[in-house]
Amino acid sequence: MKTKLTALVVAGIMAGAPAMADLVVPNLSYRTGPYGANGTQYADGFNDYFTLLNERDGGIGGEMIKVPECETAYNTEKGVECYEATKDSGALVYNPLSTGITYQLIPKVSVDKKVLYTPGYGRTSAKNGEVFEWIFNAPANYWDGASVAIKHLLDENGGSLEGKKIALVYHNSAYGKEPIRTLQELAEKHGFTLSEIPVEAPGQEQGSQWLQIRRDRPDYVIMYGWGVMNQVAIQEAANIRFPMENLIGIWWAGSEIDVEPAGAGADGYKSVTFNGVGQDYPLYDDLQQYVIDPGKASQGGQHVGSAVYSRGMYAAVVIAEAIRTAQEMSGTSDITPEQLREGFENLDITQERLVEIGLPDFGPPIQLSCSNHGGSGMARIQQWDADEGKWNLITEFTEPDQEVVQPLIEEDSQAYATEAGITPRDC
Amino acid sequence: MDQLIFGAEVFLNGLMTGVMYSLVALGFVLIFKASGVFNYAQGVLALFAALTLVGIQQGQVPFAHLINAAFGTSLHHFGWTVPSILAIALTVLVMVVLAFLIEKLVLQHLVGQEPIILFMATIGLAYFLEGLGDVMWGADIKTLDVGLPQGISDGIESITAGWFGYGFFIDRLDIWATVIAALLVAALVAFSQYTKQGRAMRAVADDHQAALSVGISLRFIWVMVWSIAGFVALVAGIMWGTKSGVQFSLSLIALKALPVLMLGGFTSIPGAIVGGLIIGVGEKMFEFIVGPMVGGATETWFAYVLALIFLVFRPQGLFGERIIERV
Repeated sequence: MKTKLTALVVAGIMAGAPAMADLVVPNLSYRTGPYGANGTQYADGFNDYFTLLNERDGGIGGEMIKVPECETAYNTEKGVECYEATKDSGALVYNPLSTGITYQLIPKVSVDKKVLYTPGYGRTSAKNGEVFEWIFNAPANYWDGASVAIKHLLDENGGSLEGKKIALVYHNSAYGKEPIRTLQELAEKHGFTLSEIPVEAPGQEQGSQWLQIRRDRPDYVIMYGWGVMNQVAIQEAANIRFPMENLIGIWWAGSEIDVEPAGAGADGYKSVTFNGVGQDYPLYDDLQQYVIDPGKASQGGQHVGSAVYSRGMYAAVVIAEAIRTAQEMSGTSDITPEQLREGFENLDITQERLVEIGLPDFGPPIQLSCSNHGGSGMARIQQWDADEGKWNLITEFTEPDQEVVQPLIEEDSQAYATEAGITPRDC
Repeated sequence: MDQLIFGAEVFLNGLMTGVMYSLVALGFVLIFKASGVFNYAQGVLALFAALTLVGIQQGQVPFAHLINAAFGTSLHHFGWTVPSILAIALTVLVMVVLAFLIEKLVLQHLVGQEPIILFMATIGLAYFLEGLGDVMWGADIKTLDVGLPQGISDGIESITAGWFGYGFFIDRLDIWATVIAALLVAALVAFSQYTKQGRAMRAVADDHQAALSVGISLRFIWVMVWSIAGFVALVAGIMWGTKSGVQFSLSLIALKALPVLMLGGFTSIPGAIVGGLIIGVGEKMFEFIVGPMVGGATETWFAYVLALIFLVFRPQGLFGERIIERV
């Protein structure tokens, strides 16, 4: 009887906690609330790539990947609750897709020793691995994005922006304010005038901002928006007949759902991006075969190939590669968060590797180190074709102006280290 | 001189924006006037109405996710589209059914309760409807096109360019919103003044007990008022949804209506209009004059400050009923 009982208990534990042998990558997603439309697509891409690895390859290095989802509704408190609820489940890495949640998690992950991966969002200066030991934000950050946008404008203007007027329309939040300092430095360097135009969240009403733009007649507008702010801004720009090719959004203002409500008026709108668009990549054949056709796609696969879906999938690709690297380095498949951090710091995703994955030229090469947690910062420009209803990549991956960006990262990360009482690591 | 001309343009745009705020505020006023309930769910009603309109218009299968998950199907669309007018009519029908269900399942059980209880019920209703809309029509952003024009009015631009040497920007959608709001208010006033049901609605608003004692059905009036509020929410949803696409932040337009209500009064239809215009013009002019000195983005908080200033002098709002309690 005693043996039977013990066997039952053991069986129960085995059934209840198979996660101990799995690689746990929680998905702190948001499918509800004002930003749910964006969050859903990102979460779907993130889930589907791990489903593909499980179905096609049996996981990574023989370990299945478990992706428990927790709804944050893009709410910082809920995001922290999700983190607290999942951190003891064997979680290796978090990607909350929210700058607000990221700021709250930065001190926590350092204590709990969990990796925080924030591609293209979060705290920009987390690129400095000497200060932010557990945070990674490759392949690009907000300041890289601003610099790549300006480089594109320089290319369009024969290398000079002297005397030009550029307006920054931004979400009046920690996220939206991120590029201001970088753009101010770039304005000084290249001789253009910068005007800063905040939009109060959520951004449903932007009449004043676009009337100001109509009066001031800037040559270009750079936009750092999210959610409804993007759709309204693009519609208002079309309403005042602002030349769409002179309006450039950051990657978070560069999805189909941002431009489609404006219809033909959005034609020619540009945005910075660090990931490929569309489904013209071999990986999608595998996704079709192993995930979509068997009915295992997140939300039925209705967002496959969209810009935000692709970005979520790309985040999963980078995490999977870091896990693979960690497994190779440690010689064990069942890695710990510490080993994953090592994996991230030795991550080397070359173009050849992207071809092997089935995503040629999908993202820039990523090479990280102990001190560089942000990669090269390379990004490219995409342009919306309203007739075809698709984004076209119109530039190659371009490096940001590290002469301007890197000192700002040093300055900001050192300020954080002083404030948080952190002694920077010696890399 | 340039600043004066720009200021005039901002003023006009403020008036237009104010009309858009009024459209949202009207729904609140109707329900508060008839039942004394501050309907927290009015913004979500606008979202739900707009979602339903687009869903019907585009032939979307309601509850597709649930159906597909339960039966392993891959249904999303019926394969047809519905003309805008018919889709609007069907949406109105859905809003009437919704009003009936709200009365039957929520309000009926709370008759005689304190207003705060009814208010709490509408908070619950807001969350329920938000979730229902999500499950029914999905979380994607939907493009709403019922044929309303958008973009700069060339006529106004060329006329003002002739007068001032600077063409004013007025959005054609805002002009339509103004016309529709005027028609809506005229229809609501005519309904409440000249129809039997309208007079019954006013009687209920004045005194529930007295209205009941002369044989007016409180249930019928509530269903009717919630139906009308649903229709007003649909109009607001169409106007705002045309601008931004139909998405869940549409429910947040209710926040724009609150200062309008505080200023105009919770019980006055003309108050909602005048309040909207004052808030619209006030916040735009403040942003134009003071915004550049303080870093901009003043509109959201200034609307509330303006409403609070009015409240100091007229606590019942500009057109609200003065409450005199004798002790």
